[in-house]
Amino acid sequence: MALDRWIALILLGICIVYGYTAWFTMDAGLAPFMRRNPVWPSSFPKVLSVLGIAASFIILTGLEKSEEKIGEIDHRRLTDYFLGQALLLLSLMVVYALCLRPLGFLFSTSAFLIIGSFILGERKWHVMIPVALIATGSVWYLVQEVLGIFLRPLPMFMGV
Amino acid sequence: MLEGILIGLQTALSLQNLLVVIGGCLIGTFIGMLPGLGPMSIIAIMIPVAITMGDPSAALILLAGVYYGAIFGGSTSSILLNAPGVAGTVASSFDGYPMAQQGKAGKALTIAAIASFAGGTIGAILLMIFAPMLSTVALLFHSPEYFALMVVGLSAIAAFAGPGQVTKALLMTILGLIMATVGEGALFNMPRFTAGIMDLQSGFGFITLAMAMFALPEAIFLVLKPKNLGDDGGEIKDLRITRAEARAIAPVIGRQSVQGFFIGVLPGAGATIASFLGYAVERNIAPKHEQEEFGKGSIKGLAAPETANNAACTGSFVPLLTLGIPGSGTTAILLGALIALNVTPGPRLMIDEPQIFWAVIMSMFIGNLVLLVLNLPLIPYIAKLLAIPRNFLIPFILFFTLMGAYIGQNNATELLMLVGFGICGIALKFANYPLPPLLIGFILGGMMEDNFSRSMQLYGGVSFVLERPMTLGLLLIAAALIIVPVLRTRLAK
Repeated sequence: MALDRWIALILLGICIVYGYTAWFTMDAGLAPFMRRNPVWPSSFPKVLSVLGIAASFIILTGLEKSEEKIGEIDHRRLTDYFLGQALLLLSLMVVYALCLRPLGFLFSTSAFLIIGSFILGERKWHVMIPVALIATGSVWYLVQEVLGIFLRPLPMFMGV
Repeated sequence: MLEGILIGLQTALSLQNLLVVIGGCLIGTFIGMLPGLGPMSIIAIMIPVAITMGDPSAALILLAGVYYGAIFGGSTSSILLNAPGVAGTVASSFDGYPMAQQGKAGKALTIAAIASFAGGTIGAILLMIFAPMLSTVALLFHSPEYFALMVVGLSAIAAFAGPGQVTKALLMTILGLIMATVGEGALFNMPRFTAGIMDLQSGFGFITLAMAMFALPEAIFLVLKPKNLGDDGGEIKDLRITRAEARAIAPVIGRQSVQGFFIGVLPGAGATIASFLGYAVERNIAPKHEQEEFGKGSIKGLAAPETANNAACTGSFVPLLTLGIPGSGTTAILLGALIALNVTPGPRLMIDEPQIFWAVIMSMFIGNLVLLVLNLPLIPYIAKLLAIPRNFLIPFILFFTLMGAYIGQNNATELLMLVGFGICGIALKFANYPLPPLLIGFILGGMMEDNFSRSMQLYGGVSFVLERPMTLGLLLIAAALIIVPVLRTRLAK
């Protein structure tokens, strides 16, 4: 089965769960006076679930004729590309998200930019480090000091 | 009217106000380039500065300059990085980003600057002529018509997805609408589909989803299959638009200035709907061979949303200035600023305080001109962003993607959601599912449900469809937009 149909199958599952919630469980806790209204919180989701199931079904059964097109990257030959770098960068983003608050903006961001460049093959440390530090400092100053949006600059244990 | 124009010019052309509009445009452009900070946030940030200025005309001129600058700045990040910071510039990335990838970043930014200037200027002329009259027409549109108008907009986006792609685009639109129902709705004071997770109470963040569907997959694709973004090595060879290209985009700019302006007048419609509808309409009426170029770097596909969103921004001032009704989130913030400045917008504003009314309109002309004059010489430098080596540029794109989501919500969980949605976006891109409809569905979902629910409440059910001829007509158009291309594809096989 082609990838687009696998995805349609997953989306069909999501629409069924969404529809089940909208049709059968969502209205259980509805206040009696709200039940007299012509529109309930579940009304619009009910319509969407039916439309979603129908559209997923059309793709799954191939009712709309279409040819399988391979985009700019052939997902069946992923190992031919720089898959390792992509996966490492995605993991780095997750680590950054988890470290941003405990380690502070300045340290986390500098490390993210330096390690990100390193993963992509950059080895010019004399360029990577100053660029990362200047960019991090500038963004922090702009966001925190100029725009007034709080970004914890230093690690949590330092109390800032 | 002539007297009003002269009063407005006198106010807007004072040295102080000229400096204010130039400053506003510059601030708006540079901050608007940061994904995550749209016009709404920037105007909100600038309100204390505007209020401390004391003079309501100068304050409004500053905020209007910031508004225009932010829209142009948002287009820049859409075109260069495929990272639209605001909903109104999402459509600009459909063709702007492919142009940048083809080494035409300079040309794309020039077209964006000229289209924005033309859209804003023509919009301001229309505002001057039609403001008093249009305020009454806008009131004829009620919830059922707004709901139907949004259905037409979404159907048009799905219908023009290309042969064999209509159902996929429709499914993506529905998925976007489904995602918009997560969290607490405006009409129903209860959380929906949150699975008890506190972070989902306020729903998914627009910026998070926009970054996950556009910027993140694009950056990961650049990692998977490296290509030189700045094929011209940072030299912007084709900054100028040829005569043939100017001839091609001139009618688009003319049409979309008018269409965008009138959509902007409708409260609740605004720059987002105007830009998507503008894109869809131009794609639909283009000759067949040009239709195939849309989404791959068509200059018409870039000029249409850029013109429409600026014209709509101007149009959104009509209900604000003449009725005191904000047509969008941004104009709602402007209304707050007006009230803080002791100015009461409404039908009497033109009579009681003509210097404010006309000064704002005149500052729109000046603001647009300032944006063009300031931005055209800066384009080669802005576009050099793409000449940064890939090893440095990609971590920066990923960082700004993360920051956009973080600044918007100030919540680290948002970053994890961003990565999760980004992975889904990559999978959908592999399978050739069009991603823009998902984001459009998400953006319009809340408004669509509100109007649907309000219509149901007013008419006691779905009878509003039959009782309001304009609603029925719009819904029939929407149905035709979906059915006709599907049937045409089947019959062609």
